[in-house]
Amino acid sequence: MPSKEVYSWLRTRFFPHMWCPGCGHGIIMHSLFRALVDLKKDQSNTVIASGIGCSSRMPGYIDACTLHTTHGRSLGFATGIKMVKPEMTVIDVMGDGDCSAIGGNHFIHACRRNIDITAIVMNNNIYGMTGGQASPTTPGGALATTAPYGAVDPTFDLCRLAEGAGATFVARSTIANPKQAEKYIVDGIKHKGFSVVEIISSCHTQFGRKNNRRTPISNIEFLKSATVTKEKAKDMSPEELYGKIVVGEFVNKTAAEYTEQYLAMTKKVREG
Amino acid sequence: MGKVAFWQGNEALAMGALAAGCRFFGGYPITPSTEIAEKMAEELPKLDGRFIQMEDEISAIAATIGASIAGSKALTATSGPGFSLKQENLGLAYEAEIPIVVVDVMRGGPSTGLPTKAGQQDVMQARWGTHGDHGTIAYAPSSVEECYTMAIEAFNAAEKYRQPVLIMSDAEIGHMREKIEIPDPEDIRISNRKKPTVEMDKFVPYKADPEDDIPPMASFGDGYRWHVTGLTHNDWGFPTNNADEIEKKMTRLMRKIDRFRDDIVRYDTESVEDADILVVSYGSVARSSSRAVKDARARGMKVGHFRPITLWPFPDKELEKLARKVKTIIVPELNCGQMVLEVERAVHGKSRVIPMELVNGDLFHPKDILEKISQEVR
Repeated sequence: MPSKEVYSWLRTRFFPHMWCPGCGHGIIMHSLFRALVDLKKDQSNTVIASGIGCSSRMPGYIDACTLHTTHGRSLGFATGIKMVKPEMTVIDVMGDGDCSAIGGNHFIHACRRNIDITAIVMNNNIYGMTGGQASPTTPGGALATTAPYGAVDPTFDLCRLAEGAGATFVARSTIANPKQAEKYIVDGIKHKGFSVVEIISSCHTQFGRKNNRRTPISNIEFLKSATVTKEKAKDMSPEELYGKIVVGEFVNKTAAEYTEQYLAMTKKVREG
Repeated sequence: MGKVAFWQGNEALAMGALAAGCRFFGGYPITPSTEIAEKMAEELPKLDGRFIQMEDEISAIAATIGASIAGSKALTATSGPGFSLKQENLGLAYEAEIPIVVVDVMRGGPSTGLPTKAGQQDVMQARWGTHGDHGTIAYAPSSVEECYTMAIEAFNAAEKYRQPVLIMSDAEIGHMREKIEIPDPEDIRISNRKKPTVEMDKFVPYKADPEDDIPPMASFGDGYRWHVTGLTHNDWGFPTNNADEIEKKMTRLMRKIDRFRDDIVRYDTESVEDADILVVSYGSVARSSSRAVKDARARGMKVGHFRPITLWPFPDKELEKLARKVKTIIVPELNCGQMVLEVERAVHGKSRVIPMELVNGDLFHPKDILEKISQEVR
């Protein structure tokens, strides 16, 4: 049950939600709700955008200005909104395939542009909605309907990808630590520039079914056991880090924000 | 009368869009449309507008739709391959009823085709490019001046009917320079989208006015909270699997264009009153046809010209009326016979329809069309 202070953000008209009972995405939505309440955001001036997939249904459940777009393209829509109304808080929720496969190009360019949008990547390592196909973050060897003998493709580290592409705030947490997830979402929204908050989620229905994590609780237990803090990871060897999830804040730096720069340029043009 | 300018078609199109109130351009460079982006990049900052060069055509139309949702009149421009890439999000704009204007400066195809040569090979892509059913409004300019006025008309239609509107220009029109007369701003009619007038808690985002089948549209950031989705949705904007709600949505989407068909359709005629032969052509080809018809008339041949200005909806009723009087209709096109199919459909066998196809990168010389007319007279 969500805590009472977030009730005003629930779009109860839209319920019941379509996520499987015990889906990790609900924990992320609750963390996002709490972050928005913490930050005292105005619902009519908050945009929640999404692409396609289980993750993408989240905006429908949130009473704000919400849009559910096409697979991988949500950052483009969010960019257009932010350009026209830079005063609005713009949050983009996406899945792992949404962000790094079909939307990979849009993701790296949003990082490079440093536009003030917070991207929350709900990484459950699988295409859940379409029935459990491998995604770019499916761990090597893991089973999926399109990887029946184990995934051969190397996996993407989304935080390192975001850092390399120029995102000015990058952090990772898991659904096993919702308070930390909430803190990073708060920090990401407060941060001026493009923020990436990757939250490792779980899909017991499609991923767990084939990979020995059949229940919601077994996923939480797995995430707890696999999580290593950034500080601790510093002293660990690559062999020790294999299969681990490193959490923490990886990037937090100041750089010129895109809409501010654009508006300063237009002001200069108009004033001659 | 307003000022006179010597502009390129693409430039005139950009300036017309600005005159219509367009204040956002999301683009990605592609020949032969690029000058539209370049002009918008130069002019929009002066008007406190926004220009953004995105990473590809897909995100360019995404940003354009986003800008419209945030309340801006928004434009994107491209050419054949880019138009193919935009189709996915174009479909979302039809489904979610977001007004935008998309310009396709057509070139030869398929694939990368002929980037610097005019073509009319995207006519069917304009109608059926994205998956799913929807009404289409697509204009085709034949002159630089028309690029300017048509941009205004396209924005007015997008705002009025709350959906994407296409301008199917071509490389010849886009890159040609001509003298144009720019109308005075006070002589320009501007339409703006209907806004909700009810309180936020009474706002039902897709509840259409029965008078026109068009729901009022709130902008993000104006105090209204609503949900935009590419899923088939009910009046509340929420996804639905209910057969009645699905049918209601689909029929309204089609009906809102059907019922205003006569207001949307535009065409032009020349010397048709006593014609035995009719040439039907649009875009840059219409210029050659017009010359050919004049030359044929000077030689005593009874020939007229019919120019669809809206390719979609196609002026079928209007053409059928003429088809009852003429014996032959000649349809020159820079493709392998795309619009000739519509012409055949419209005339219901009342006159003989002769296609004229040209896809070698050249333009129709008026002499070629005159020759064809002469053959029919003989």
